[in-house]
Amino acid sequence: MIRSVGRNVSRKDGAEKVDGTARYVDDLSRPGMLHARTIRSTIPCGDIARVRLDFDTTGFTIVGAGDIPGRNLVSLILEDQPCLAEARVRHAAEPVLLLAHEDRERLIGAAVTIDYRPHTPVFDPAQSPTVFKSVTIARGDLDEGFRRADVIVEGEYRTGHQEHLYIEPNGMLAVPEHGGVTVYGSLQCPYYVHKALCVLLGLPADRVRVVQAETGGGFGGKEEYPSMIAGHACLLALKSGRPVKLIYDRTEDMLATTKRHPSVVRHRTGVTRDGRLVAMDIDVLMDGGAYCTLSPVVLSRGCLHATGPYRCDHVRVNGRVVMTNTPPNGAFRGFGAPQTLFAADVHMERIAETLGMDPVRIREINALRPGDTTATGQVLGPDAAALDVLRAAVSRSDFRRKRRAWRGTHKGIGLSLFFHGAGFTGSGEVKLQSKASLELTPTGVRVLAASTDIGQGQRTVHAQIVADALGLPYDAVVVAAPDTAAVPDSGPTVASRTTMVVGGLLKRCAEEMRERLGRLTPKAYLKTHGPLVITKAYEPPPGLVWDDDTYRGSAYGAYGWACDCIEVEHDPVTSEVRPTRVTTAQEIGKAIFPLGARGQIEGGTAQGLGYALLEEVVLRDGAMANAQLTNYIVPTTLDTPPMDVVLVEKPYAHGPYGAKGVGEMPFDGVAPAVVNAIRSLGFDVRDVPATPERIMEAPPIGTGDSRLRPVAERRASARQAGLGIREARRTKRPRTTPSARARRKAVRS
Amino acid sequence: MKRPAFRPIVLTVNGARTAVRVPPMKRLLDVLREDCGLTGTKEGCGEGECGACTVILDGRAVNACLIPIGQAAGARVTTIEGLKGRHRLQAAFANLGGAQCGICTPGMILAAVALGPRPTLAQVRTGLAGNICRCTGYEGIYRAIAAARTARSRKAAASSQKLDARSRTSAEGRKQPKSRLPAEAPRAKAGVPSPESRPSTVLGAALSVSKGRVPPLDRARGGPERVEGPKAPSRSRS
Amino acid sequence: MRTALSPLTLRQPRSLAHALRLLRDEGPLTPLAGCTDVFVGLNFGTLGDRRFLNLWPLDQLRGIERRAGVLRIGALTTYTEIIASAVVGRHLPMLVAASREIGAVQVQNRGTLGGNIANGSPAGDTLPVLAAAEALVELRSADWTRKVPFTAFYTGYRVSVRRSDELVTAIEFPEVAGAQWFRKVGTRAAQSISKVVMAGVRAARPRIALGSVAPTVVRVPRTEEALAAGATIAEAQAILQEEIHPIDDIRSTASYRRRVAANLLAQFWNGSD
Repeated sequence: MIRSVGRNVSRKDGAEKVDGTARYVDDLSRPGMLHARTIRSTIPCGDIARVRLDFDTTGFTIVGAGDIPGRNLVSLILEDQPCLAEARVRHAAEPVLLLAHEDRERLIGAAVTIDYRPHTPVFDPAQSPTVFKSVTIARGDLDEGFRRADVIVEGEYRTGHQEHLYIEPNGMLAVPEHGGVTVYGSLQCPYYVHKALCVLLGLPADRVRVVQAETGGGFGGKEEYPSMIAGHACLLALKSGRPVKLIYDRTEDMLATTKRHPSVVRHRTGVTRDGRLVAMDIDVLMDGGAYCTLSPVVLSRGCLHATGPYRCDHVRVNGRVVMTNTPPNGAFRGFGAPQTLFAADVHMERIAETLGMDPVRIREINALRPGDTTATGQVLGPDAAALDVLRAAVSRSDFRRKRRAWRGTHKGIGLSLFFHGAGFTGSGEVKLQSKASLELTPTGVRVLAASTDIGQGQRTVHAQIVADALGLPYDAVVVAAPDTAAVPDSGPTVASRTTMVVGGLLKRCAEEMRERLGRLTPKAYLKTHGPLVITKAYEPPPGLVWDDDTYRGSAYGAYGWACDCIEVEHDPVTSEVRPTRVTTAQEIGKAIFPLGARGQIEGGTAQGLGYALLEEVVLRDGAMANAQLTNYIVPTTLDTPPMDVVLVEKPYAHGPYGAKGVGEMPFDGVAPAVVNAIRSLGFDVRDVPATPERIMEAPPIGTGDSRLRPVAERRASARQAGLGIREARRTKRPRTTPSARARRKAVRS
Repeated sequence: MKRPAFRPIVLTVNGARTAVRVPPMKRLLDVLREDCGLTGTKEGCGEGECGACTVILDGRAVNACLIPIGQAAGARVTTIEGLKGRHRLQAAFANLGGAQCGICTPGMILAAVALGPRPTLAQVRTGLAGNICRCTGYEGIYRAIAAARTARSRKAAASSQKLDARSRTSAEGRKQPKSRLPAEAPRAKAGVPSPESRPSTVLGAALSVSKGRVPPLDRARGGPERVEGPKAPSRSRS
Repeated sequence: MRTALSPLTLRQPRSLAHALRLLRDEGPLTPLAGCTDVFVGLNFGTLGDRRFLNLWPLDQLRGIERRAGVLRIGALTTYTEIIASAVVGRHLPMLVAASREIGAVQVQNRGTLGGNIANGSPAGDTLPVLAAAEALVELRSADWTRKVPFTAFYTGYRVSVRRSDELVTAIEFPEVAGAQWFRKVGTRAAQSISKVVMAGVRAARPRIALGSVAPTVVRVPRTEEALAAGATIAEAQAILQEEIHPIDDIRSTASYRRRVAANLLAQFWNGSD
């Protein structure tokens, strides 16, 4: 029988997507349906004094905070975000009132005026008085580490907002029925929406049903936001007693929905003269926007990746995510890691510049290896692949030759080494308690999982895993629509967990089902024994221990590893930098659907190029001023270069067929590689987006803030200590231990 | 509900003569989706930037969100439905990674159709610059177009070489990394080796473009199940 | 879509003459060519016009011909048609260059030269070409025809000498003596609004026009004179800074636009592309 895992099977949903029959939420309708519109605040901070309806309200359904049957909040981590603002607003575009009408044009004409008593908004995260969450990761003794350093390099790195720009905007269709409500929508996490609706509407779980419609892109932007828009649609549906369709246009979507957290990350790093990291002191500041949403977890992941994929005995990461009076930020592919990995790898580049060292060499020296321990004390398994991907990408891209040959020209090549933990952080997967089921059908089997295909190929990958584990043909596996009335809670479709964690559950279901079937065909089994549904719940891999209070232990079951080599060309007339080639090696455990894995890498890379060079959210008075596609610039076919992708597999023992995750990692390393390429041209860029305007203003490299402790100073301090230079050096160098010798040997190879 | 009497506007949609009585400034996009019941054409931005609403009008790719129906009288319009799932580009997009979330796909395919049968890669990049995809990074789209092109005619192989060579660049014919490990995707084997026993594998050629053969669209058993209920009846062709 | 479209009227003239009579007698009517700008305004709810006049079927407004050294392009000529025209390619290649940089294929198939002019955006990509080529804009009403030098067409930000009962019907280009040059610096490689756009004719007396650096497209006569008189590039760049007035906006900054304009000037004059 032909296996399907590892093969480029026919995508489960390919036909519908290419012939126009795939149904996204705006393609759905119900008889008697109303259209809806959201009235939003126009100031970033203040009290609502009065809401005036200056239009003929005949035929309108109007919903305000007072109409909420349950609790006025969007249930997530912290219960701080109202579904509709009541007495005060904390950000521009905050929802205040909902309108529905049969006639869309009456909605357009509805004039609502809100009078405010404005307060002074907080826009600068560094000035914010409200911290949503802080995190500290500590290892070793920083002072000791800095004492061992020959050189100290400091730097500050900034990243801005990013808009997901899924080509399908947010939308929901809510249908009041069966004493409750069914909502169809563009979403990633049906059970997040389900939980939020039960709280908002005060309905029991069996009266709320959430169904994912075909979803035109998510990237995290439809992880938590759908709970808000679904809540709005449902409130109108329940009050009017009619189906309500609420679809955002592009401008509203950009103005009102979540974005990537901006960050300021500061590094102070001690290195030895031969390029070894001995002390890393890292400060992470993220801007959460007005409400908490998922900020604590974004910060957490950011801090856990803040050192980059490098080893260092003495580490301290202090992170905090704070409130500003801007629309709340939220999940976006990478989820905090892109911000800190950007800082880590541009900083690494600056360390190399300071030492006059080859950027490949310094990463080789410091890269985490199998058996190494991370800053939280996690021992890496044999699947750790930093060196594999570094060497693959460097050799394939001909990095070193190009770097030499292009010196002094307008062409540059830059490198980044990165990693990404798959699955929820720490004890997150245990808390989620995900479940997935398989149901036997006369022709095969049906996958019942709450995972959503948002383009990444989830349906296909889950079917492949189940087919092989069951010993059935791929075509015999059907994937049920994610419908909370029909599938168990498999957790959200986020965190690069859908293949590794949910696929793992489905594999266990399939293995048990296979045993039960024995030699019977599905049809025969059903005839003889009746229906068969197998459900499995998440079990953590053995030995995975994490302490939320001390932030120590194994942060993730598995890490993927990757290296980007990105080539750029600079135009001195316009200061534009154009990417001309990407070479990337990405290690993901096992490519279940190689075409899909490649697609995630290529797509994530393109999105990363936009983040690095083009995409800027311009805020005026706390609102996005460039909320049009004309003015928020994402890459087109003429902005993306050829991409050379090398897939590396180092199987993860606890992933189905060895699989880890791949959805997010490809995004993480693009910005640092691009900026490092720009740096190779001589421009001291430390922020993204590296727009032509910024590159034009960037100082030349060499005027920055790395401190090489002058020889005179060291001699003086050694004399003060009563020691000669030689002795001082001797006390600074660590003793040669077998492991250190082995490491030096490994580094030389 | 009062319904003003608009003059009928007659156009040809996917080969069928279609008359609609709608306001003349109603967007062609909305007429197609609501009055003709053809929801394959999508709205991504409403400002003519994303190309998700691309249709072919009188032989040219246009943004349906920027055309008032009153300007489309007498026009011949082709939407994604008009390809009937039989265009080789459709099978190629479905099978070779040209479509991920699919929302840009109808517009992208029509824009690709409008490029003609044998575009070079440079022509593809220019011709699709008005179609934004956020999922694929465009590479899968180039591969799909390349495959569809070679599927059409072996005689075209010479001129198609450039596009094919670039789309195969990812692994075949490029310098392989210095590794003892196999460069090709491991062949499917009976039985699955346990993860611990397998060495690291470098999948250089994770994808080979099928030369001259594009697998047909797979509509067989196993397609995704949907729960959505009926569409509103189309307020149609009067 | 933030404008109610049902109440909008679209008049369908049978001919150009009929269209002009409607403009005169039943105005205000907003002429509609390819709609690539008008509909964006309707979409964002920023266009208050409610009564429209459909020009699209009027083939009298189409056509490219060259007669007695004058290249005449009908107002409804699309960018695609300009790009494909051998005549334009031979005699006015900078117009082809500009047309290629507008939007992408879908916009080029519908956007028209007349529309670009009537819209009057300071960032209109063809406008510097028209200014450098010293084109003539043909305006017609029901009662007269007149030709206005393009360099006198705009009187302020999006304000032109076109009367509300006139249509732009054609643009005429006299022979251009000298090497033509065009460059647009946008927010990305395609589908972008320009940050700076420049068209030039290299001749003993050069002609240089820029967009996106002032409320309208501008010629820079003092810079042209300086170069004609043998000034160095540095001197010419300094004069250029006095003749342009770029601003900070959501796409770019005044200082970036100034530096790039100066660099474009050098690139143009030094003959490097």
